Amino acid sequence: MSLELRGITKTFGSLTANDSINLRVETGQIHAILGENGAGKSTLMNIVYGLLNADSGEILVDEKLVDISEPIDALSAGIGMVHQHFMLIPVFTVAENIILGHEKSSKFGVIDIDAARLAIRKVSKDFGFEVDPDAIVESLPVGIQQKVEIIRALIYEAKVLILDEPTAVLTPQETDELLKTMRELKAKGTSIIFITHKLREVREVADQITIIRRGKVVAAVSPTTSEGELASMMVGRAVDLAPVKHKHQIGEPILVATNLTVRDAMGTAIVKSVNFHVNAGEVLAIAGVQGNGQSELARALINLESHIEGSIKLAGAEIRGSSIYDSLHSGIAFIPESRELDGLVGSFSIAENLILDLHDQQPYAKGINLSASTVLSEAEKRVTEFDIRLQSVSDAVSTLSGGNKQKVVIARELSRPVKVLVASQPTRGLDVGSIEFVHERILAERDQGRGVILFSTELDEVMALADRIAVMYRGEILEIVDSGVTRGELGLLMAGVVTKKASA
Amino acid sequence: MRNSLAKFLQAIKLPGLSFLMAFTLTGLIIAISDAKVIAKFSTPLEFIKSALAAIGNAYLALFQGAVYDVNLTKGHTFIHGFYPLSETIVIATPLILTGLSVALAFKAGLFNIGAQGQFIFGAIGASYVGFHFHLPIGIHILVAALVGAFFAAIWGGIVGLLKARTGAHEVILTIMMNYIASYFILWILKTQSFLRPGRIDPIAPEVNQSARLPLLAGANFRLNFGIFIALAAAVFVWWLLTKTTIGFKFRAVGANGQAAKTAGISVPFVITSTMMICGALAGLGGAVQVLGSTYSLNTDIAGSFGFDAITVALLGRAQPLGTVFAALLFGALHAGGRTMQSSTGVPLDIVLVTQALVVLFIAAPAFVRYIFRIKKLNASASLTSKGWNG
Ligand SMILES: Nc1ncnc2c1ncn2[C@@H]1O[C@H](COP(=O)(O)OP(=O)(O)OP(=O)(O)O)[C@@H](O)[C@H]1O
Ligand SMILES: [Mg+2]
Repeated sequence: MSLELRGITKTFGSLTANDSINLRVETGQIHAILGENGAGKSTLMNIVYGLLNADSGEILVDEKLVDISEPIDALSAGIGMVHQHFMLIPVFTVAENIILGHEKSSKFGVIDIDAARLAIRKVSKDFGFEVDPDAIVESLPVGIQQKVEIIRALIYEAKVLILDEPTAVLTPQETDELLKTMRELKAKGTSIIFITHKLREVREVADQITIIRRGKVVAAVSPTTSEGELASMMVGRAVDLAPVKHKHQIGEPILVATNLTVRDAMGTAIVKSVNFHVNAGEVLAIAGVQGNGQSELARALINLESHIEGSIKLAGAEIRGSSIYDSLHSGIAFIPESRELDGLVGSFSIAENLILDLHDQQPYAKGINLSASTVLSEAEKRVTEFDIRLQSVSDAVSTLSGGNKQKVVIARELSRPVKVLVASQPTRGLDVGSIEFVHERILAERDQGRGVILFSTELDEVMALADRIAVMYRGEILEIVDSGVTRGELGLLMAGVVTKKASA
Repeated sequence: MRNSLAKFLQAIKLPGLSFLMAFTLTGLIIAISDAKVIAKFSTPLEFIKSALAAIGNAYLALFQGAVYDVNLTKGHTFIHGFYPLSETIVIATPLILTGLSVALAFKAGLFNIGAQGQFIFGAIGASYVGFHFHLPIGIHILVAALVGAFFAAIWGGIVGLLKARTGAHEVILTIMMNYIASYFILWILKTQSFLRPGRIDPIAPEVNQSARLPLLAGANFRLNFGIFIALAAAVFVWWLLTKTTIGFKFRAVGANGQAAKTAGISVPFVITSTMMICGALAGLGGAVQVLGSTYSLNTDIAGSFGFDAITVALLGRAQPLGTVFAALLFGALHAGGRTMQSSTGVPLDIVLVTQALVVLFIAAPAFVRYIFRIKKLNASASLTSKGWNG
């Protein structure tokens, strides 16, 4: 089935998110869409899927004009979508989630969970997925949850599948599997629209690439185009895909963790007695496959976890057991893994989010009064310093694109006096331009003599930024190696295979 | 200017339409429950005419009982016609305070069902100080009101502390605390210190003259200084939420507790202090009721002020100004309902139907949107569900 978009335009107030976009996806084609954060990719896809309605423009399926004003219209036209943020109900089973919203569809008649189970098994078999229809969604790894979303689209016989940043939260292995699945779907005639920020994936799997910048199609290129060229077409300037790391003097240990154990509410150790330190002026990367205790370890460093044992010394002073407030204000900057959930209050303005941690301190607070004018004027300064792209600092932070949201978090965390920066997946979901910015910022902190602890599942990021790399596996630090390690060695370590002697 | 007007219209769109629909449906119920209307069923034109007449009469009576009564008694002047409006305000006064209590809790992500119990403790405190002590005018009122608010702050604070410490859900806690408060007042009214001399039924002595809130429009009207206390409380809540660091913490925890916590805001502090302030507000409502309206404590002192407060806060979209307007509307319904009953025979309970319908429509914005074909409304619907997430 082919899909054609003609002159799609969509505005939000004074902002034109899509500016007469033309796009054609052929039958059985994998069509990648590239663009910066906020370029309008999700907006365009939401229009195709009926979640948003375009101001003007036409959608054609197999050369026939279709009217899509709600998702149900898209589904019946054969268009399915897997969203950037999953739309699953965590406490429901896979089967329940899949029939959600279609309980009355003629296909199943009354709520017929058995038919759903059967259909799931069939699709799973056809495409080689291993998904248990009766598993509770929240107990599944992210990669499987995503398959549930894909199955949902396939069960309703989607002939055009939209995948909005499906790989942002996947491990490298899960990503490879997804790419394989996409090729299989393509072989069976399904057309796929694939949105991602990872140029390597695009070049690997796409048949055709469309690049969108500020709501407009700026180029249609073939996947043989180099990563550098793609990046500069997206951003509109040359982008350094590999940041320059200056050689410089590394200082004394600034943060030392000894026998650090983190337990969950049930008392199970998630992080098992780990020992590491970071020196002033050094980036220590903590690498590992998602779910090996890195998130908990990162959170424990500012006492965000409830059950922490062992010791965390910051510049010689014990901070384990301090309040979160004291941990932050003793000199740790914390970039949380999920900016939406932990980093920002979505309905608050950008200015308010910039002082979430400092609102009761000078110069913002005078007694218990919050000085609105200072909040605004300081926000303007941060916005300029960190190049945050926005319309007004009084707008809700939720209206910003992913990259700009992350800049708000980084700007806030770096406006306190900082000794150590703890950054958890700081570039997840960001475009190449924003990644370049974040990487430069992290290296700038290092060069100014701060200790940086970088938690990342991205091998490329780890290799590019780290001075030393600690690999976590099943809650333990397997080894701490220096940055001379190869990708292959690191990959093996992450899989739990110890190969060479620890260097630190 | 135009922008703020548009914003205001946008803000009252959903509650306004809900009210309109509630009144329409109530009107239908009034019409079909009227035997005279039903009798004309066979002649459609007559039927519609008499139905409209019945609805019109009822709503006219409602208006006359709530705002201005044109049928003056002999010897009464134009001013006396405003007696109903005075009643509306008297009923609305405690409702504004309990409504603010629920609204503030909403803002911090808490669902305070406990305004009823907090109101009771406020009334008990104010009543005791009011009749037991002899203090100078002004100071007496202040002390009685503050003691009432303080008792209720403790009562609300217990819930906050339990939630902050153990994670127990505030809805369950406040419901239980309401039961305890209802039985507590039954018991305390039978104790020696609260029994009115010469009476054996559970009613406390009247508060001393020095503890009564001054009347604002002479002895013919019950309108009293309490309304100013309520309005001041609304300004206070607005100031607290928008202008202070404490309000910032409240709103941050209410909007995204996880992010607030990660940024170092103490969630237990916010929960406990919110519940204390909410308690104080509802307690002030109880104090104002005793010191300005009933003068004595009785078993039914709280009426449904604490429960209507939830509707009022929802209708007011948890905004202080909105809550004031919503409480006045509810006061008008209550005051007008009595007149409607006495002059047209439509039962007072029909007012409860209207109220219930308002809640129903507010809680189901998608339905209202569907009826009126509104494409996109602000996310006011999330208010209710947010309260439960805490
Ligand atoms: N509901 C909305 N109201 C106002 N502005 C919006 C809304 N949705 C999106 N925008 C704005 O439209 C622009 C395009 O957003 P969109 O989500 O389509 O970007 P994107 O290309 O998907 O970015 P990302 O790579 O970060 O996912 C952004 O500037 C965004 O802030
Ligand atoms: Mg997007």
